Amino acid sequence: MVTDKYFHKKTPIWRDERVLKAAAQIISSLVVFGILYWAIGNFLEITQQRGMPLSYGFLDEAAGFPIKESFIPYESTMSFGRAVLVGLINTLVVSVLGILFATLLGFLIGLMRLSSNWLISRIALAYIEFHRNIPLLVLLFLWYFGVFTRLPDVKESITLPGPTYINQRGFYLTWPHLSDRGALFATSIAAGIILAIITWVVLRRIREDKGRETYFGRVSLTVLILVPLIGWFASGGEPLWFDVPVLQGFNFQGGLRLTTEFAALLIGLAMYTAAFIAEVFRAGILAVQKGQIEAASAVGLRYSQVLMLIIIPQAMRVIIPPMISQYLNLTKNSSLALAIGYQELFAIGKVTINQAGRAVPVFILIMATYLAISLLTSIILNIYNKRVQFIER
Amino acid sequence: MTSTSDGVGPPSPPGAMEWIRKNLFSNWYNSLLTILGATVVYFTLINIITWVFNTADWRPVTVAPLLYLVGQYPREELWRAGISLLMVTFLVGMSWGVWKRYVRAFAIFMGILLGILAVFPLETTTITLPIRAFMLINPFLIYLGYRIGRLQSVHGRHVATLWLITLLLIPLVILPGFENSSLLPKVPTTVWGGLLITLLLSVGGIVLSFPIGVLLALGRRSSLPVVKLFSIFFIEVVRGVPLVTILFMFSIILALFLPSESRIDRVIRALMGTVVFSAAYTAENVRGGLQAIPPGQVEAAKAMGLKNFHITILIVLPQALRLVIPTIVGQFISLFKDTTLVYIVGINDLLGIGNAVLNLNPEFVRLQMEVYLFIAVIFWVFSYFMSYASLQLEKALGVGER
Repeated sequence: MVTDKYFHKKTPIWRDERVLKAAAQIISSLVVFGILYWAIGNFLEITQQRGMPLSYGFLDEAAGFPIKESFIPYESTMSFGRAVLVGLINTLVVSVLGILFATLLGFLIGLMRLSSNWLISRIALAYIEFHRNIPLLVLLFLWYFGVFTRLPDVKESITLPGPTYINQRGFYLTWPHLSDRGALFATSIAAGIILAIITWVVLRRIREDKGRETYFGRVSLTVLILVPLIGWFASGGEPLWFDVPVLQGFNFQGGLRLTTEFAALLIGLAMYTAAFIAEVFRAGILAVQKGQIEAASAVGLRYSQVLMLIIIPQAMRVIIPPMISQYLNLTKNSSLALAIGYQELFAIGKVTINQAGRAVPVFILIMATYLAISLLTSIILNIYNKRVQFIER
Repeated sequence: MTSTSDGVGPPSPPGAMEWIRKNLFSNWYNSLLTILGATVVYFTLINIITWVFNTADWRPVTVAPLLYLVGQYPREELWRAGISLLMVTFLVGMSWGVWKRYVRAFAIFMGILLGILAVFPLETTTITLPIRAFMLINPFLIYLGYRIGRLQSVHGRHVATLWLITLLLIPLVILPGFENSSLLPKVPTTVWGGLLITLLLSVGGIVLSFPIGVLLALGRRSSLPVVKLFSIFFIEVVRGVPLVTILFMFSIILALFLPSESRIDRVIRALMGTVVFSAAYTAENVRGGLQAIPPGQVEAAKAMGLKNFHITILIVLPQALRLVIPTIVGQFISLFKDTTLVYIVGINDLLGIGNAVLNLNPEFVRLQMEVYLFIAVIFWVFSYFMSYASLQLEKALGVGER
């Protein structure tokens, strides 16, 4: 038969799909690895000329530069490794606080944007448009040089209730510390939170299984308040003491000091990201179909129930994915601190490169750290995202 | 038109009082919020206006406006920047004529802006009468371009070709010039600066990163494991680190991996950084478009006997790219804003010029607010109009309404 003959004809090698695919992959890997080989060859030649081998031994050497702000003990006699760790912690602190404030502020602005009040909605729109169309770096400069370096002297500090003092040198906050028996109180807070979560989960499951009202919300709230309260009394009523900043001579002593650089970065980052988060929230709420809300009211749910049971769970599905990228953006944007002098990971990495003269190892270390932060955050949030998404049947 | 009287037609638009009652004072807490909001807005505006017109000292801006536009580009060679601007405005006008409302808002905005700049009352010697006249030509050139663009014989592909030629000509020939040329003497990139650099980096970044991004997106969806792996690795690494680290890598680290005698221009290195960064994000945006193409399209094309290459070029990409145009415009806006980061690696973009003005003149030491606000306003105006244009584009393309 004709077709038989046709089928038995062998495919020529240049048209065989398997051969072509293999060839494409081999060629592309040859190109990529060829360029890498060439670049690394050049690099090794340069390092041999200058005598700086690619190793991480220098991390144990003394850093020799001071860091203005550190959340763990640090002296300039400590090692480069310690300095980089300080930078990492500074990055994490500013990112976590920034994410927290940005979420709260963004939620507020998003709600204002959705308000039926025309003026309130327009104010929110003005806020969003202002922040979305100006580069973050310019905003940070505006905050730092325009506002924070023009704060009054130490002698004429702005005093806020707390007491909190704000002046050119930074923010001085009253900060609670645990007293001798405070450990008991701290434990009771932790126990209260854990117990409250357990109560919530167990009672809620009972209600879902048996259909009996268990008042899980109220009961777990009571546990949450009662257990720390017992801890408070058990520790003798004074588990905390407050470190109050006091003006002594030319500066404040005690309290928690935040530098103006930190404050400018935190406020700038949080307000900038809040504008984007507000839009994410708004889009999420608007994505819930009107019929859902009407149907829920029709079956007799209260407005608070509609909000908690119908609107928020459905809005969350839309909100979470863009929110993840906003959080990651904030963390990555914290590297702009370099320009206003807050010493986080990237800024300290740059100083380390200058001091130790090992550009490539330090640089690889910094890139890997940022990558690790990004990947870790997106893995955790993606797991959460999977839980809230629709299970399609 | 006449049926409103018998109550069948649409209700007449609500009066002003009705609107105020409904949108501002619908109940007690809304009234409270309105009064509170109005007070805040009133005092904020009053403070801003008094500051702008009385307190603020705008000397650092007005003393050298040209510095913010072109940096230290030699003043005797300034006509080259001017010619480039004229070419661009003419093409913007032509694009308006050809693509109508997609570019209308931007073209009109550009014409008005340049017109205002031409007659802006500034008492400075650097903005001479010829420069003002030069600026004033631009709005008319836009209109001329518009008329030409509307001619029957002018098609989109002509304008696109012209754009391509212009975008290559300006940064490669007109602005840098050549060695030993009397007409176009060489101007090293070290003296380029200001808005010129900002625009070059953002336009160059998006134009060059686009093809790379499309290739990466195709690579990520490829059935070849090695290609897929390389694409994923590149995209995720670049997206996982801040732009500053990438710019830094190209400005400092790259030199260690090249033969020791090779030297790459500073601005080119910054551009490479922006292109690499932008390509990874373009790839993800384009991938979104690729995923939205129903598999039936590819299957139908296969059934017709098209080759894989042709399926991608003729069927998948045209549909996918159309879907992601608004996203790409959004990305362009954020790239435009992100170019400020090149200041950190020592390039005199708009922000760098602002800082140079502040640092070099001791009398301006306390005037940071004025300079940064001026820069912020420039960025704001550009970004706002681009996002407005992108919104129009989105409506016109009907994305999300299929």
